[in-house]
Amino acid sequence: MLSFQDVIFRLKHYWAERGCVIQEPFDIEVGAGTGAPETFLRVLGPKPYSVAYVQPSRRPADGRYGENPNRLYKHSQLQVILKPAPDDVIDLYLGSLAAIGIDLAKHDIKLEEDNWEAPTLGAWGVGWQVMLDGLEITQFTYFQQVGGIDLDVVPAEITYGLERLTAFLQVRDSVYDIEWKPGTTYGDVRLADELQYSVYNFELAHVETLWKLFDLHEGEAQRLLGMYAKYPDKHRFPVLPAYDHVLKCSHLFNTLDARGAISVTERVGIIARVRKLAVGIAAAWVDQQCGEEAA
Amino acid sequence: MNFLLEIGAEEIPDHMIEPALEYLKTECSKLLRVEARVDATPRRLVVRAENVIEREADSEELVTGPSVSAPAPAVAGFAKKLGVNAEQLGRTTGAKGEYYSFVRKVPGRLMRDIIAGSLAELILKTPFPKTMYWAGKGSERFIRPIRWIVALLGGDVVPFTIAHVSASNVSSGHRTLGQKWFPVTYEDYEQKLLDNFVILSADDRYKRIRECPVHYVCDRPLLRTLTNITEYPTPIVGRFDEEFLALPKEVLSTVMRYHQKYLSVESEDGKLLPEFVAVMNLDADRDGLIRRGNERVLRARFNDARFFWNADQKKPLAQRVEDLAHVTFQAKLGSYLDKTRRMQALVNELGGDAHSLRAAELSKTDLTTELVKEFTELQGVVGGLYARAQGEPEEVARAIYEHYKPVSMEDSIPATHEGRIVALADKLDTLRGCFQIGLIPSGSKDPFALRRAAQGVVKIIVESGMTIDLKGLLGRDAKLEEFFLDRIRTYFRDIRGFKYDEVNAVLSSGWSNLADVEKRLQAIQIVRPTPDFEPVAASFKRISNILKQAQFESDAKVNPALLEEGPENDLFTTYLVTSQRVARADYVTALETIAALRPFVDLFFDKVLVNAKDEQVRANRLALLSSMRREFSTIADFSEIITISQETKE
Repeated sequence: MLSFQDVIFRLKHYWAERGCVIQEPFDIEVGAGTGAPETFLRVLGPKPYSVAYVQPSRRPADGRYGENPNRLYKHSQLQVILKPAPDDVIDLYLGSLAAIGIDLAKHDIKLEEDNWEAPTLGAWGVGWQVMLDGLEITQFTYFQQVGGIDLDVVPAEITYGLERLTAFLQVRDSVYDIEWKPGTTYGDVRLADELQYSVYNFELAHVETLWKLFDLHEGEAQRLLGMYAKYPDKHRFPVLPAYDHVLKCSHLFNTLDARGAISVTERVGIIARVRKLAVGIAAAWVDQQCGEEAA
Repeated sequence: MNFLLEIGAEEIPDHMIEPALEYLKTECSKLLRVEARVDATPRRLVVRAENVIEREADSEELVTGPSVSAPAPAVAGFAKKLGVNAEQLGRTTGAKGEYYSFVRKVPGRLMRDIIAGSLAELILKTPFPKTMYWAGKGSERFIRPIRWIVALLGGDVVPFTIAHVSASNVSSGHRTLGQKWFPVTYEDYEQKLLDNFVILSADDRYKRIRECPVHYVCDRPLLRTLTNITEYPTPIVGRFDEEFLALPKEVLSTVMRYHQKYLSVESEDGKLLPEFVAVMNLDADRDGLIRRGNERVLRARFNDARFFWNADQKKPLAQRVEDLAHVTFQAKLGSYLDKTRRMQALVNELGGDAHSLRAAELSKTDLTTELVKEFTELQGVVGGLYARAQGEPEEVARAIYEHYKPVSMEDSIPATHEGRIVALADKLDTLRGCFQIGLIPSGSKDPFALRRAAQGVVKIIVESGMTIDLKGLLGRDAKLEEFFLDRIRTYFRDIRGFKYDEVNAVLSSGWSNLADVEKRLQAIQIVRPTPDFEPVAASFKRISNILKQAQFESDAKVNPALLEEGPENDLFTTYLVTSQRVARADYVTALETIAALRPFVDLFFDKVLVNAKDEQVRANRLALLSSMRREFSTIADFSEIITISQETKE
């Protein structure tokens, strides 16, 4: 039986053999692997790039105090970006399932329409959810637009839900029962933070402080973006640090939302604020890349 | 020659396949000049045709050149351009004189060339609601990436290219069971696909799904979806724990249908059984792995649903009303609490009782429950089920349960009076609010589904026979009234099958009371075939035209002293008698009585000149016609009826 970490090792190895850079998780909270700069920024512009990384995805509202067998505040995605998407990208993906021991002749695989959209990132794409014996195990997307910009090269984004996939392989009904390594369960490793973050996100997070932090991060991102146009030496300009602040905003927004601190009317406005920053970052990044190419 | 086109794509969303095929059938039939057949699986759109001609027939083209009076060199030049001698030229007479001309033979083009030149564009024009590009910015767009193309005419490849993919004779099999690439011919195409676990015919796939050991609920839309997301479908039967049957059937079947695409299984008396049918895209489940996998997924889903159900009971609906203040209905129209209060006011206006009022108050509270957040398609239903479980009166629970009905033109209206009242209040509030802030549907844009809401209002009022002053409920909004008039027309014409001129005639005489509109329409339908009806209708049209020409708009009374003996006076007397009878009669009798005016009206127009020289007489005659029209148009405006003589004229 493959352990949780075996699944990760095998998938990383599979994609490394197919030319992907194997990255480590991005170290700022994101709601999905798409938010990490390795995806959000690298898919912009004409440069080919292929990368795979495990990304812890934090969704405060999905926390269940460790009591629900399938829902987690923080779950792990294996994020694969293939830019440009090769013609046989779906076959490559199916190969990765075989690599973790799934006999494709004995299992039912279906690609069912599921178009993806992330309003705070100004991003959308078309694709499918991949169903394995009735279980959604992967989100497959051809990006069309990111940061409000039509992409020069269309990448494929393959996002595996690692807990679900492992629960499937190990025939477990609860993610907490899956074996992380022989003798250690997922619950041993993670139950405590599921509980504590649920308590924090739903009960104890200090709303005023979070709003203050939101404003501070937004302010810093705005301040930086405002300097870009006149900044003389473009390639030195800190677009990446500015983006860190945008991600902070996005996570704070999600936490405030889980805390019930955002009314519906406010909601739309805040999504627009974060989106504006993300779009600004994307534009600066693309401009910076063009400059580098010319040089 | 035989023709085969296979557009090999990555999985096409199931609901887009049929419209695409319809388009391909029409356009390819035009291109091939024979009737084409179409088929599809999620990964291929296929067009086939027989007896395609090899080459177009030769044709002739008349080329006209210089005038016969033109100098010789010009004529020689013209002939030279055509590759003939000047003596071979003929002459043609045109608008401005006589010209040299020549009938040129145009050899027919090869169909292969015509097809090769047109197919790429034809394919890329397939109408899909949302397309994508995959080969770089500015490249071709289609529903999903095209990965291979088979295009064969009479055994040869028809050459063309889309986004770097060139047409060939190589097809591809089922993703996991078939060969990746193999050559095909027109003749062996279907068999080769079958050998590679692709059943091309949707009918055959459907049959395979129907070959199932248990009797599942025949859910046609779901069966069609399952047919269109599989290339080699095989049904399998799974089971779930009986303890889940404690959850309402609606919840269980929604989880199965919408979230897992499973067919639910019922006993003969309609009870849900702890079984389901899943359809695999595979030939067999040899080790039972797939069945067990699906059973586990369903168990997790049902566990979630049960968890939500239990969690939701901790706070009854009655305590959730104020929470609706935090759920936005529409930015400018406020929260669902605001909507609830408006709905309650409307229920009062509609004469609803205490149960209806209570149902309206609780109708939207299920939006705050975990179960509805998870399964949004169950809104209303969950509210109704919770209300019942929490001890609300049955009338209240029922009304909440069905207040979103009818959800389509085909759907039935709420079964109870309370349900109808709440449904009307909900829809009318949405319509009034949206029109007030300018959210008026245009073209295909109707994000709040206002057309459906208005259609629902019409359907409920008519089919329940409620006496309601609809106009009074629309808040004197002229645009909303017009919008409703359109829906009413559509309803009576398209759903109920009344003739369009009858609908126009009846609606012209008022539409605020829809139950009455229906009665008037039925009366017209009965009286229309009688011999006097259409001639009288024609006379009313004439009356209308005369009044219009004379710009006569007064409602002056007829002065009997000014009437001429004979046809004019006769018409007046008959009019008075008819008018008294009509006032007391039912609609059918009234219409028959009006139709009986025919000989008097005919004689009047035959013998009496309306445009009399005497101004007073003339005005009096117009007043007579005008009173008749006014009094006899309360059932229908007869001038809207298209009579036979008019139809032949048109």
